[in-house]
Amino acid sequence: MTRRQRRLTIIGGSFAVLAIAAALVLNAMRDSIVFFSTPTMVAEKHIQPGKRFRLGGLVQPGSLVHGDNMAITFQVADGSAQLPVSYKGILPDLFREGQGVVAEGALDASGVFRADTVLAKHDENYMPKDVADALKKQGHWKDEYGARGDVKAGGSDAGMSRAAQSGQGAVR
Amino acid sequence: MIAEGGHYALVLALALALIQSSLPILGARWRDLALMNVARSTAVAQLLFVAISFAALISLHVSSDFSVVNVVENSHSMKPLIYKITGVWGNHEGSMLLWVSILALFGGLVAMLGNNLPISLRAHVLAVQAWIASAFYLFILITSNPFLRFADPPIEGRDLNPVLQDIGLAVHPPMLYLGYVGFSISFSFAAAALIEGRIDAAWARWVRPWTLVAWIFLSLGIAMGSYWAYYELGWGGWWFWDPVENASLMPWLAGTALLHSLVVMEKRNALKVWTILLSILTFSLSLLGTFLVRSGVLTSVHAFASDPTRGVFILLILCVFIGGSLSLFAWRASALKQGGLFAPISREGALVLNNLLLTTACATVFVGTLYPLVLEVLTGDKISVGAPFFNLTFGPLFVPLLIALPFGPMLAWKRGDLLGAAQRLTAAGIVALVVVALVWAWTFGGGTLAPLAIGLAVFVIAGALSDVAERIGLLRVPLRTALLRARGLPRSNWGTMFAHAGVGVALIGIVCETTWNSEYIESMRAGDVARVAGYELKLDDMTQRQGPNFREMVAQFAVALDGRPIATMTPSKRNFTTRGATTTEAALLTRGVSQLYISLGDVAGDGTIAVRIYHKPLVLLIWFGPVLMAFGGLLSLSDRRLRVGVPKPAKALRGLQAAE
Repeated sequence: MTRRQRRLTIIGGSFAVLAIAAALVLNAMRDSIVFFSTPTMVAEKHIQPGKRFRLGGLVQPGSLVHGDNMAITFQVADGSAQLPVSYKGILPDLFREGQGVVAEGALDASGVFRADTVLAKHDENYMPKDVADALKKQGHWKDEYGARGDVKAGGSDAGMSRAAQSGQGAVR
Repeated sequence: MIAEGGHYALVLALALALIQSSLPILGARWRDLALMNVARSTAVAQLLFVAISFAALISLHVSSDFSVVNVVENSHSMKPLIYKITGVWGNHEGSMLLWVSILALFGGLVAMLGNNLPISLRAHVLAVQAWIASAFYLFILITSNPFLRFADPPIEGRDLNPVLQDIGLAVHPPMLYLGYVGFSISFSFAAAALIEGRIDAAWARWVRPWTLVAWIFLSLGIAMGSYWAYYELGWGGWWFWDPVENASLMPWLAGTALLHSLVVMEKRNALKVWTILLSILTFSLSLLGTFLVRSGVLTSVHAFASDPTRGVFILLILCVFIGGSLSLFAWRASALKQGGLFAPISREGALVLNNLLLTTACATVFVGTLYPLVLEVLTGDKISVGAPFFNLTFGPLFVPLLIALPFGPMLAWKRGDLLGAAQRLTAAGIVALVVVALVWAWTFGGGTLAPLAIGLAVFVIAGALSDVAERIGLLRVPLRTALLRARGLPRSNWGTMFAHAGVGVALIGIVCETTWNSEYIESMRAGDVARVAGYELKLDDMTQRQGPNFREMVAQFAVALDGRPIATMTPSKRNFTTRGATTTEAALLTRGVSQLYISLGDVAGDGTIAVRIYHKPLVLLIWFGPVLMAFGGLLSLSDRRLRVGVPKPAKALRGLQAAE
């Protein structure tokens, strides 16, 4: 092989790998990206049942119901709309009524949001940023929600507390 | 006084860094030895003053001086001493101070150990190092001063975030930063080489130990962080593809690639330009990681705007250093002479493939981490990119990497013999196939993916072992001779074996944990028994207990296997009064390398408690793998050919190589 051929082989190989990677990325982008919505946005956009998204808002005070077998239901509100959420499992340590929450899952046919993951933040006056932005945008922001800068250790994401339902959580 | 002293020491360190970043460069230009040597003394003095500043902050935290804002916000007089110390870097300001302390430490080490470096190279390296240091000193002094005082000090502090009150905080951030910041040395060497317009195999030999040190710490730091998240966050996950985790994974991937390309450069004087670029990229990714974690930009673009000075400042540092170094690269790289030729099938070719796949995998992580950010800025849509994305992109790129991995060390430099390598790997291949068959038969009816993945991991491990077996002629020559040869084998060969085997070990752990993990979530009351993976866990009792700065509810589980009691597990739920925060302390029971894991949920009105129990088969292998890799790195580091600070002349080494 001449020098030129060797170089071409390496460059060609590199492009092949890059092309494969690009194809993988584009393919994954299509299927595995999750959008963020608030109850108002859900009401406006008519999201299809079964399509996964992240729901953010405040846990409506008085709406939390512990059912049998660790089933939990609560309402997520953003000031102008509410959405019922059902979840089975252990809620994160900082899940409270009146506090911000982000849940991941999909709507079922009856319009209930079935969450398989519930996220809350380890700080008593924390409000998830996505929720705070959405509330501000809709004019329901109150200053007492104001999030203190969250504390993160160097490089570690200790801030989030999570709860994931069996099965779904295990493979993540 | 102490706070002011610490502040002042930091200002002095900045002044020294400014001197160090200018005079030595001028000295190199004018060929003035005295000026060039300024770099050495300033680097050591800088280290001294930063150490004073850091010690001052520790002393403020230990003595609970609540006139200092940083102490009030992150400490409490009742906090145990160890967390008073570790709490120093459990917050933004303190962790930035740790960052620059480690930067100064590396600078000081280069100054002290770099006696055999050409004087102008050392001057340039230390000057570049000082540019980075100056930027971060300014950042701390202007936006994140940890020594600010209250005009009206409170009596008690607000306590450290309870999640961080763990021994993990003592180890994880310093390790991670030693890794992140350690790559600044290869960056400085690269920039110095570009400024001087000269680079050779000796350069690689100077850079390699530093890169190796950084890589070892980064590997351990990431593994430690993963284990910490696993036991502390209470739901048994060990990797979340969280942006903050990705921020540390990216420099690791690029650093791993750099480590391998440095080998090519050292031995064959090839891939020079690429190695320089990779040095720059690796540290740029470290800076990016610092920016992502420190600016809060990842939670939301708007979070970034809520504290604009810090974010914008780090972004500015990022742009100046990445932009500057890449411009320097574009301008000067063509001046570097191309090195040795090699055929695509050769050791060099294999290492190029390694670099290609590692950097591409790194690029996919980069895209997945930053795409949400870009999309939000461009369209305002908020999205999250989670594990599925990374499984679909990162996974497929790692499979060919792992398949090719055992072949690399078997190929000869310049022109390799793929068929010969395959023959020497026959044994490893057969072992792997047997394992696939066994696992598949044992889990009959399960998927085929997991047995295949385990087979691949076994192939990697067996391949690493057979490489060493080949080198010492095991089974070909008498055992005595083989043992003698084993003793004579360079330590870097052993290092390669351990590091490569570590990859396979970690993969086995990952596959077993994700595939055969069993989970049990129920409400339990005292006396109830849970059955998980053959174990019987009986909830005996729930008691209240008072800790130093928290109250906790402890549940006691009696664990039995086949009717025989084997242990008691005590998961708890802690309530930290100062912050009103609750944390879940999971209980772990290690059986071999598998673990039982219990974490508690809420107590319901009827006295039952939500309990989550996992059995995680072979889960510890996930972290043993990186530890093995780091051990391999350490062995290579202790190789006498590569000992820090004692490089031999390039020619002598060339001669040594012929034997391989």
